[in-house]
Amino acid sequence: MLQGWVIVLVAAAYLGLLFAVAYYADKRADAGRSIIANPYIYALSLAVYATSWTFYGSVGRAAADGVGFLPIYIGPTLGVVLWWLVLRKIIRISKVNRITSIADFVGARYGKSQILGGLVTVIAIIGITPYISLQLKAAATSFNILLSYPVLSVPPPAASIPILRDTAFYVAMSLAAFTILFGTRHLDAAERHEGMVAAIAFESLVKLVAFLAVGAFVTWGIYSGFGDITRKAAEVPKMAALFTPFSGAGPTYASWIGLTVLSMLAVMVLPRQFQVAVVENVNENHLKKAIWLFPVYMLAINLFVLPIAFGGLLHFASGQVDADTFVLALPMAEKQELLTLLVFIGGLSAAAGMVVVETIALSTMVCNDLVMPLVLRIKALRLAERQDLSGLLLTIRRGAIVLILLLGYLYFRFAGEAYALVSIGLISFAAVAQFAPALFGGLYWRDATRQGAMWGLSLGFIVWAYTLMLPAIVRSGWLPASILSDGPLGIALLRPSQLFGLTGLDQITHALIWSMMANIGAYLLVSMMTRPSVIEQAQASRFVDAFKLTGVHGAAPLWRGSASLAELKGLVSRFLGPVRAKEVFATLATERDLHSVNDLEVDADLVHAVERQLAGTIGAASARIMVSSVVKEEVVGIDDVMGMLDEASQAIAYSHELEEKSRELVAATRELQAANERLKELDRMKDDFVSMVSHELRTPLTSIRAFSEILQENPDLDPAERQRFLGIIIKESERLTRLINQVLDLAKIESGRAEWHVGVVDLVQLLRNAADTTASIFQETGVELVLELPEHPLAVTADEDRLTQVAINLLSNAVKFSPTHTGRVTVNLREEGRAARVDVCDNGPGVKAADRELIFEKFRQAGDNMTGKPHGTGLGLPISRQIMTHLGGHLWVSDAAKGGAMFSFTLPLADASNLAAKEWPHDQESAHC
Amino acid sequence: MRNASKTTILIALFLLGTVLFNYPLLSLFNLPSTLFGVPVLYVYMFSAWAVLIAMLVYTFEHH
Repeated sequence: MLQGWVIVLVAAAYLGLLFAVAYYADKRADAGRSIIANPYIYALSLAVYATSWTFYGSVGRAAADGVGFLPIYIGPTLGVVLWWLVLRKIIRISKVNRITSIADFVGARYGKSQILGGLVTVIAIIGITPYISLQLKAAATSFNILLSYPVLSVPPPAASIPILRDTAFYVAMSLAAFTILFGTRHLDAAERHEGMVAAIAFESLVKLVAFLAVGAFVTWGIYSGFGDITRKAAEVPKMAALFTPFSGAGPTYASWIGLTVLSMLAVMVLPRQFQVAVVENVNENHLKKAIWLFPVYMLAINLFVLPIAFGGLLHFASGQVDADTFVLALPMAEKQELLTLLVFIGGLSAAAGMVVVETIALSTMVCNDLVMPLVLRIKALRLAERQDLSGLLLTIRRGAIVLILLLGYLYFRFAGEAYALVSIGLISFAAVAQFAPALFGGLYWRDATRQGAMWGLSLGFIVWAYTLMLPAIVRSGWLPASILSDGPLGIALLRPSQLFGLTGLDQITHALIWSMMANIGAYLLVSMMTRPSVIEQAQASRFVDAFKLTGVHGAAPLWRGSASLAELKGLVSRFLGPVRAKEVFATLATERDLHSVNDLEVDADLVHAVERQLAGTIGAASARIMVSSVVKEEVVGIDDVMGMLDEASQAIAYSHELEEKSRELVAATRELQAANERLKELDRMKDDFVSMVSHELRTPLTSIRAFSEILQENPDLDPAERQRFLGIIIKESERLTRLINQVLDLAKIESGRAEWHVGVVDLVQLLRNAADTTASIFQETGVELVLELPEHPLAVTADEDRLTQVAINLLSNAVKFSPTHTGRVTVNLREEGRAARVDVCDNGPGVKAADRELIFEKFRQAGDNMTGKPHGTGLGLPISRQIMTHLGGHLWVSDAAKGGAMFSFTLPLADASNLAAKEWPHDQESAHC
Repeated sequence: MRNASKTTILIALFLLGTVLFNYPLLSLFNLPSTLFGVPVLYVYMFSAWAVLIAMLVYTFEHH
């Protein structure tokens, strides 16, 4: 039943189904309803890690090595534990920078280096070629085995049949066609392929189901459970040895650790794993589920490896069937047609999935990081001036796919037969592991340089080629076997499999140790010896600080230059086509809250956004070339950076100055406000003063006028009465005059226009004179005046007239408030430190504490103005205080010792030598009255 | 576990994994006997693997 055409038809139908899934997913994505935007699809797509190596090869490995197949899956499980820390950072960086592949990532990290990106691409292609040949071998072998159904036969070596009759060739070509149809139908502006991811997730499911089905069939269909198989295996000594593989039959602990580390790295740095895990990632939070779903998948697909291996070893005579084909051979031997077909489909699934993703990832790398940077540099091609380059991009990618598959086929044909599936795959693992130091170092080590990465990668790759690739070529017969056994030119130390005499390790671990020593050593050493350029430093901090930087726009690089919007538009439409370009610019305008695309301002931010957009299609390095072809970019050198720093520090200085100025301004404003308040207050006081003066003037004027009118209207007034009235008029006039004099006086003093004749004055004499002047008032009122003055003169600096005015004012006040006949006023003068102090005490009613400051204000008198008769003008004390203040003394009022008021003033003493020098006693005590 | 950050837990799990799947723990199970009809080494491998995954599930689904 399983004739050739049936198998081909089924295979074609299955690939068609994958294509349909991809097509559907693409349609949904275009409609904005992505079916892959969930963690389950993401986890299943990661399972592209399980290739036909897993599907067929694990059993082969287990049949020879026991647990030897497991590190390939345990390593990734351990690595996955750290994905939340490491892979999430890679994803974050890749999204911000629109990274399209691992070559792009490494190139971008080290200053958008094209050379480094190209180097990674070359290593990836050479390193992955054996891996692709493995898939071709597995697919072709399974097809050939199936063709002879139900007879089990060992297919002849591929090299012996002509290419055109070789199944593997047709497998390679149909997979190439499939991949081209699949991955490069159209050039996305985005670096992501939704349809591909959906198809990969689907095929992951198919291969898991197929493997579990055959596993269950072998375990419970052919045998009766795990126990049965184990028991039967235990009876065969060769198989019983596999129970304790570390005891000699299987791997050593060293190779176990080596493979664990290798696959831990490979699951992140394999181009296809980077493609599905990083580039195709929709949301970094999908990692949360994928981190445990992916290990669950790996555990499940490995569960039946051992029973199938044991089952195959038990079922077939030794050497009759290659252990790598047990998975297919067992259901065939049991004549299970459908199951056999399912297994074939599962294996095809695993191979096709790997080939599709790997070649798409590699072709992107070849296009973006190898061919484009080269052709864009060749000026003769004038590519930079062509209007639409998207067609060229597609052609390059399609060509790369065919080329990569051809390389894989050639490797299979000339070297593949010498190795088992797993061994071929591990060679590739060791090759891509060379990316790990530059990749992970670049994530955390800021000072890693491009030179360091170049040297590390190159040396690591050379050692890999020498220790793994060379032996493979030798074994396929292209070079003499003596190189392996005696070393090149007979130098035993340089034998590729025992480099420098290192023995006791399997080939892979041996190669891993030497290549990593060279790689990491050179990476560290050269990085420490070289100085990163400005762009390297800028990229380093964007990568290392990826979790600290937020948003895309905050990450504009060091950039100076000028470009026109039209040029940028032209550039984008050349690579993405006019329709996509329009959309891109419309989005950019919307992001910046602009209504029209034409409002876009060409600044560093926009140029950077365009570069990112292009990077998503042609890679970071090529995008940089293209953008700099239209942007008149100034080379940012150290001097410019220093200049920028300078500008920045100047700006900071300016802003400090500005702050200082504004602080001063605030202070000045506050002062102005205070001055304004003060002015208003003064204005109000002036108004009050004017109204008070007017009021005070009106009182005597009123009585003068009243008495004058009486005199005028009554000419026959009694002469005595007339005399009295005239007396009042004269007295009121005198008061009026005095008042006006005092107002003028006060105004003069206050405005500072008063004339002062300051000299040395004998205060004792001055007080005596004042007492003489006021003696008449004292006599009239019968108030006693007691002078307590020192015997000797007391010199003060003062204006004699003004000071006399104060003394007279105080004395006359004291008289006014002293009771007639019993009144007693004491004047006491004494020295107090460097000042002379005068107390004028009376035995009147005193001044209430509340009034003590009030009475020094203009027109304020103690007591009730309404009832009591006014005792003066109300200006005497204010004038006296002004005088004292001007002379540098104080005037205040307090309670006298025996009741009544005590007005006191102090004045600083003048230099005594100015008066007749005399020894003055200092026995005066405090208040004597 | 209450106060540990996810980073700490994950690094601890990674270290646990490297110990579980490494010499010398592996050598303890490198025995010719069987458990549940399966060679002891395989029982150990898959159960340790499952436990590690279970801890990952706990870390990401219960935090």
